Amino acid sequence: MKSMRYLKDTAILKLDVQKCIGCGNCELVCPHRVFKIIDAKAQIIDHNGCIECGACTTNCPVDAIYVNPDDGCGCATYIVNSWLQKIFSKKRSFLGG
Amino acid sequence: MATSLQRRDHLGTIGARSGFLRNNYKVPPGLYCTGNPKKNSPVLVTANYKLSFDALRKELAVENCWLLVVDTRGINVWCAGGKGTFSAEEIAYQVQRADLAKIVNHRRLILPQLCANGVAIHKLKALCGFRGNFGPINAAAIPEYLKTGIANEQMRSVTFDLKERMVLIPLEVCMLWKQSIILCLFFFVLSGISRELFSLDLALQRGLIITTVTMLGIFSGAILTPLLLPWIPAKQFWLKGLITGVVVAGLYSTLTPPGLQPIDSIALALWLLSCSSYLAMNFTGSTVFTSLSGVEKEMRKGLIFQIVSALTALTLWLISAFL
Repeated sequence: MKSMRYLKDTAILKLDVQKCIGCGNCELVCPHRVFKIIDAKAQIIDHNGCIECGACTTNCPVDAIYVNPDDGCGCATYIVNSWLQKIFSKKRSFLGG
Repeated sequence: MATSLQRRDHLGTIGARSGFLRNNYKVPPGLYCTGNPKKNSPVLVTANYKLSFDALRKELAVENCWLLVVDTRGINVWCAGGKGTFSAEEIAYQVQRADLAKIVNHRRLILPQLCANGVAIHKLKALCGFRGNFGPINAAAIPEYLKTGIANEQMRSVTFDLKERMVLIPLEVCMLWKQSIILCLFFFVLSGISRELFSLDLALQRGLIITTVTMLGIFSGAILTPLLLPWIPAKQFWLKGLITGVVVAGLYSTLTPPGLQPIDSIALALWLLSCSSYLAMNFTGSTVFTSLSGVEKEMRKGLIFQIVSALTALTLWLISAFL
């Protein structure tokens, strides 16, 4: 989907080409077609298309792909709540011990 | 199992889309079938969310298929994958619970592509003896996939066209009713505070104005921005909401009720911008092309603007009654 793009150079996505066995799972599952198998190895051909959904890393049999592991639906209210929770639980742990 | 949607199903869709009893659209997990499936008929896997299940079954009118509905707690395929409830383990559990190995003579499951963030396909075979294949993203492409066994690039790419954005809007708006009622009451009190301590007249008159402007903010951020999304120039959503907010505020200012002080107009404009910007930013969670890292990045700027702008707006609105 080239018509709608999000922020550039922000998504956390790393591919260890050394580890890659070229199975093609990442190319298959990516909903934004970020990967392509070139010469029997996966390549990131569209880093800025990545939305960190995690499909590639879940389906990589050799752990060659790293994606931002934070679990989140990516909506603002959810993130605000998780930030508040972090602050709140820190405070509570201060009080507790 | 019916493959055409009845009146009751459509009513349920309206309910699900508007958020009425939002957590109540679960389909009982288990094995279903369409037509007259045989031992060699394909097995399709889906989530137990009403809209996922409906989307799939209505495409299967002329197919003979098995449908394995896994328990995702009534959450759609993609989000359940993200939250880990749609997983290889859960599929394996449902395969065993349904005794699928005795019902079909093959060992293949067709999975929706968008569950891939939760389902590790290479782990399935060891867990339940069945191999998984990722089918297309959209249920509408299933009949073609069943014929050819291939999902092309287009069937494997997510889209977010006008219609797909439109169906999300009712929920964006309806989720706000609680906050809206609290805000209305708050505005009523705030608008009445004046030199005579509290004026009911002012509360009603000014409360109504700022409530109207809040509605406009919701309209701008949660309706207009999603609709016009690809055409609003800006990548960050809080800026998109700001841009639509400026336009809406501009239009409103041409129709402002007489008797408003300039300070009131500024307060109202800032308030509208904060609402619009925040709600637009919140829409990131519903799109198919935003990343968590990106949303966190833009929120650090967006939230500061929204908080400062909202607090300034409310302070000016309060001060205005004393001038």
